[in-house]
Amino acid sequence: MADLEQFRSETRSWLEANCPEEMRQPVHDEKDVYWGGRNASFKSEAQKQWFEACVEKGYTVPAWPKEYGGGGLSAAEAKILREEMGRINARPPLSSFGIWMLGPALLKFGTEEQKKHYLTEIARGEIRWCQGYSEPGSGSDLVSMQTFGEDAGDHWVVNGQKIWTSYADKADWIFCLVRTDKENKYQGISFLLFDMESEGVSTRPIKLISGNSPFCETFMDDVKVPKDQIVGEVNRGWDVAKYLLGHEREMISATGGGDRATSLGAAMNRQGELDPVLRAEMALFDVDALAFTAMSEKFMDELKAGKGHPAQPNTMKYAGTELNKKRHELIMAAGGSRSLEWDSEETDGGKPARSWLRTKANSIEGGTSEIMLNVVAKRILELPGA
Amino acid sequence: MALYHDDDQAMLADSASQFMAEEGSIAKQLRHWRDRECKDGFGHALWKQFGEMGFAGMMVAEDDGGLGMGNVEAGIVLEEIGRNLTPSPFLTSSVMAGTALGHASADLKERWMPGLVSGEQVYAVALDEGPKHRPESIATRAERSGNGFRLSGTKDFVVHGASADMIIVAARTSGSDSDENGVTLFAVPRDSGGMSQDAVRLVDSSVATHLKLDGVELDGDAVIGEVDGGREVLNRMLQAGRVGAAAESVGVARGAMDLTVDYLKQRKQFGRLIGEFQALQHRAAHLYSEVEIARAAVLKAQQLLDAGSEQADLMVSVAKAKAGRTAGLAVREGVQMHGGIGMTDEYDIGLYMKRDRALSEFMGDAYYHAGRVAQLSGY
Repeated sequence: MADLEQFRSETRSWLEANCPEEMRQPVHDEKDVYWGGRNASFKSEAQKQWFEACVEKGYTVPAWPKEYGGGGLSAAEAKILREEMGRINARPPLSSFGIWMLGPALLKFGTEEQKKHYLTEIARGEIRWCQGYSEPGSGSDLVSMQTFGEDAGDHWVVNGQKIWTSYADKADWIFCLVRTDKENKYQGISFLLFDMESEGVSTRPIKLISGNSPFCETFMDDVKVPKDQIVGEVNRGWDVAKYLLGHEREMISATGGGDRATSLGAAMNRQGELDPVLRAEMALFDVDALAFTAMSEKFMDELKAGKGHPAQPNTMKYAGTELNKKRHELIMAAGGSRSLEWDSEETDGGKPARSWLRTKANSIEGGTSEIMLNVVAKRILELPGA
Repeated sequence: MALYHDDDQAMLADSASQFMAEEGSIAKQLRHWRDRECKDGFGHALWKQFGEMGFAGMMVAEDDGGLGMGNVEAGIVLEEIGRNLTPSPFLTSSVMAGTALGHASADLKERWMPGLVSGEQVYAVALDEGPKHRPESIATRAERSGNGFRLSGTKDFVVHGASADMIIVAARTSGSDSDENGVTLFAVPRDSGGMSQDAVRLVDSSVATHLKLDGVELDGDAVIGEVDGGREVLNRMLQAGRVGAAAESVGVARGAMDLTVDYLKQRKQFGRLIGEFQALQHRAAHLYSEVEIARAAVLKAQQLLDAGSEQADLMVSVAKAKAGRTAGLAVREGVQMHGGIGMTDEYDIGLYMKRDRALSEFMGDAYYHAGRVAQLSGY
């Protein structure tokens, strides 16, 4: 315990010295989030400074082993770092699907060589990754996917189409589910990695109801993928995918609290006194949100201690995303006609409305709420025939 | 501190779970006493067993003969009480009166602690005035009289008041009804002259009283804590009672959910188990999610309270509101998914619905506590 207290005070002074004031402000727009990658540019000197300080310390991925560019922190130390960063509202130095999704899968399923190579790139923000899972005909029924990788000796030749590929137009590499056996549904999928600059890869952004285009369609036309760019065994990619989906659900569920410690009602009330019934709704929402914050903390603590039900991420994802949708409904209601504005300066380009619309995808992407409830019913409650 | 039970707490949970399932079961306790129209609404024999197990005095300091445990541990016992609908004076005596007496003089402790620790005596708390919980306002008066005080006023929803050997009464020694200061807590023995109680059986078969204080004369040494400065001890007692009731609500929610999920795996209609129907699966899964969230909120509040954190007060209200709403959902879904038999007295699910209603009201309902969350958050 004394060691942990020491770690806390060291962390505090390290943050004091290395996290610029500008990086302690709430994220304002997309450029405030640094995603890394070949084409990345920093919005400001402070953002660059903060990112580089974290890379040096391994704090872009504090709990990963040091040999892969991580901070090598124990679970307890990582929690302290999170708490201390939270205390000063420090922004994450690097946001990345590599950190949240591919990294954990590589740590579990990757070869030593793959870990050294890919994890280090991720930790240093050198390569930006995207995820190729869904297809036009395979949404909730993901395993029905058709994108096919034909065995051509030392490589596969991949043909097909992915959809809802987040930031595919900005990503450097993709981790992609590809059917490598047409006979076996579950045991006929492989988890492949390839460069988005490979010949035959093209992307097309999808415009959403929010007006933004965070997702793309990704087309593969005779794309050559070398045989060593597979994670796990051939035809066993579904195991990797399921594991990774678990992490994706955790990540999405983590957005549920939004600005976690703060009260939505208090924030909205500062913009103008709330109608009594709306105030009551806010209060009931704050109860739910604060209770969910406790649930997130418990979930993370249990995860680190190897406790808790393995299907619990589904519960988290369901509850967190439904809560986030509710949050934005209330923000719109509190904002009144001002929150309807689509491109005014006062709303920072229609931020309330666009965010509200964006949250509607929370309970669709990464497995719909209905799929989450199916999984909870089957694996946790063990209901029949589910 | 990690947000799950440590090894000692997990062991306590195992033994409490086993004990309550065996000795505190619905058949052995709730139905048994209800069907005999028991005046107490609970069994004294079981309460003495609580004493033998160490449960009754678990929150009492070791120096005073107890186990010196906290709200997390008391919550473990309460969750099992909730799951089994065990009628027990544990919450009012061990948790609430016990918390208040922890701040009392050595003389008062000596007088009341041994009976609590052994499970020989039952204590109640008299806080509410009127049908809703509003302890910010206290109209009951205590006027100086000789070396002591003279209490006048009425209290409601005094759970176990009719069985109590001592009742902790919050009264006003100065100021006006809604003043923060000027409140004093008294330990009022059952045979005090001028105190009368009108016992009423509640929907969940528990017994509460309307209490009348008609010039009750008390010695000065009946005061718990400071004269005029009772609000702080009162708040501690309220917090312990609220988070305790929340833990019991989580138990009620779990008990109702488990019964219901079991039923979904047994009942057949249209030639299929009704648990195969997605309409019911999704509702059951949603309920599970809510119960898990409520459990986490309650544990967080218990830990903050035991750590003496400033955030405890807010989280206690979050926990009470969330647990109350969740237990309400659990019992409503439970009765509905049981269908017709859910409406029968023979099946237990209806008993959960009745208990939830009384428990949610006790120490403030979800609306009261959501309002408090808003207030404490600054809106």
